[in-house]
Order: sequence, then C-alpha cells, then structure tokens
Amino acid sequence: MSAPLTGDGCGAPVQGQSLAGIDVDKETVIQGVVTAGGTPVPQAYVRLLDASGEFTAEVQASPAGEFRFFARPGQWVVRALSRSGNGEATVTAAIGVNETPLAVAS
Amino acid sequence: MSRDDVLVSAEWVEKNADSDGVVLVEVDEDTTAFDGGHIAGAIKLDWKKDLQDQVRRDFVNKEQFEKLLSERGVSNEDTVILYGGNNNWFAAYAYWYFKLYGHDAVKLLDGGRKKWELDGRPLSTDPADRKATTYSANEPNTAIRAFRDEVVDAIGTKNLVDVRSPDEFSGKLLAPAHLPQEVAQRGGHIPGAINVPWSKAANEDGTFRKDTELAELYKEAGLDDSKETIAYCRIGERSSHTWFVLHELLGDESVKNYDGSWTEYGSLVGVPIELGDGSKA
Repeated sequence: MSAPLTGDGCGAPVQGQSLAGIDVDKETVIQGVVTAGGTPVPQAYVRLLDASGEFTAEVQASPAGEFRFFARPGQWVVRALSRSGNGEATVTAAIGVNETPLAVAS
Repeated sequence: MSRDDVLVSAEWVEKNADSDGVVLVEVDEDTTAFDGGHIAGAIKLDWKKDLQDQVRRDFVNKEQFEKLLSERGVSNEDTVILYGGNNNWFAAYAYWYFKLYGHDAVKLLDGGRKKWELDGRPLSTDPADRKATTYSANEPNTAIRAFRDEVVDAIGTKNLVDVRSPDEFSGKLLAPAHLPQEVAQRGGHIPGAINVPWSKAANEDGTFRKDTELAELYKEAGLDDSKETIAYCRIGERSSHTWFVLHELLGDESVKNYDGSWTEYGSLVGVPIELGDGSKA
C-alpha cells in the first residue's frame, strides 16, 4: 500500500525529480513541473485532490517547480496555487511514474 | 471569544510586526523554510527539537519551556503571533502549547506562511535581534490536553473527532512513508469517532473558513454539542488545528487535544479499534 507522502504526516520532503530510492514497480508516483507560459514556477503550492475533489495532500514545489506525490492508481487532480496564478490538471494514474505537466495562468 | 482575539491578518502583521510587545514566531517541522526567508523580525521554534523532550515522549516541561522562551527573547507580557508552513499545523500546535503553559496573549496569522507567500509579501533572511528575558510559565493546563486513559474512557460517552484523512481513518493507511519512526502498530480509528479531516476547516490559501461554515461542518458530521469533545490525529499537530477551530473560533471550552493521538492509541495493547469509514458506527 502506498501512502501519499505528504499531507498524512508532517513536513513535506524536499521536492525533486530523482527517482533514487523509489520503487516504481510498487509506487504510484504523480509528478511534474509547474510552469507559466512554458517557464518553471518556483515554490508553488501543489495539492492533490481525489476523484471527488477532496483534499488529499499538499507539497510546496522545488525552486525548479518540481512536485511529486505518492498516490494510488486512479483518477486524481493536481492543483497549483502560485503568485503567477493558479491551474490544475487531471491525471489517471497507474503504478509507476505518471508525468503530469501543470500549467498556471493568472 | 471572537475571531479577532485569536487570529490576525497578514495586513495586521505588516503594520504591527515592529511594535513593542509583539513577537512573531515561525513554527515548522523543517526549519529550512525559515532559514531561506521568513517574516522580518520573526524568531523560529522547531516543533520537534524545541517543543518536545529529546528523551521521553512528552512535551518539554515547565522549566524547559521557560528556558526556551527566555533564551529566544519572549517575555510574559509579549503578544505572540504564530505562523508556519503546512497550513499552520505546527503553528496551531505551538498555539495550543502556549495556552497550555498559560500564555494568553497568543494569536495565529491566518493563512500562515502560504498565504503570506501567495500574497507576494516580503521575506527576510536577517536574524531577529531580541534580548534574553526571564520567562515564567504556569503549570500545564490539562483542561485542554487529553491523555490515553481519558480517551479510552471517552468511547461511547464523548465526541471523538478524528481529523486524519479518510484513508488513515478507515485503516487503509498506517503512516506516511517518510516518517517510519511514528508508525502505529495497528490501523483504524477509535470506535465511534467521527472523521472530519482538518483540511475541511481551511480554505485552499490556508485561511480558516467562516465561523458559520465551520459550525455547519461539525454539526453535519455528527458532533453532539451536548457532549465534551476530544480531537486527535496521528501525532497531535493536525488535531491542534482542529482544536483551534473548535475551542478558539467556535468557543467550545470542553474540547481537548489528544497529542498522543494514533501513534499512541494504535499501539496500545487491548484497546478496541474500528475499521472502515465509520458509516456503520
């Protein structure tokens, strides 16, 4: 069983795209980069919502705009809040890495 | 108790941060956020290193709390404004903690660090310049802190509010993967508890929802206002957020925070545990 890595406990781990130490045969990884007009947006607040729109977890993206969640297979929404605007994307996640680009606009 | 007595806005902080008698305190689990930039003049408290005993599982005691605040330059007369990351979870925990030790002039910055950043307000990396004080704390006020035996006795008699996510409540999740040291032995929830995730009390920018919406939220979830209430989560920080909502915003003086929470309860031998979403309870 895979836990959403944040939101269930306390401090969010450092966000980054290296998959070192992550078992992608078991985990359902939802990750991507927050962008505005094609440029990465640093340190946006990214939340993971379940299929019913319910809050599940939140992380703060890295200085390069990267975010990552550990979820379960199924449909999810990732939503970003940032000074460059807000945005969201839907992802139907499967076990493994689910790249989810997330554009924001004001 | 009105909202203005317990919450301040970002605008208020910008206007009053430099005032005598006002101390800004950022409380995080991971203080690297503070070190990378914080509200000018703020001091930091580390949730784990500063506020918990480093040997026994418990709070720092009265003398340790006095020493901590004296060293950081907080006096008994100061109004303490708390804020932090994670939607103010740890700031709410510290708020409860200050109240526990009898510091009444304490408020939360509504929205915490997230709202401050999203508003584009300035952050500073300058260290705060505060002189040491001689802080004096009261004996802990256990009227707002619940212990395990009291929680077991509360089954079937008091409101138990589990503020974890639905998957933790049902027993599908035990613990987040990055905190293995806090794993409970069993999953599930305390029998009869209602599940109102902490996040339902907050707007997406981290500010608290309106009082009327909050009152409706707990009423709909089945909170019986004729009974006393205990809130819990996993380690007591998210339930501090809900304790703040119920006790400070909605004015229910009976509410206690069970800081032992699931990491204690889910490891006790012989206590009853309920699985599932609680719909049959």
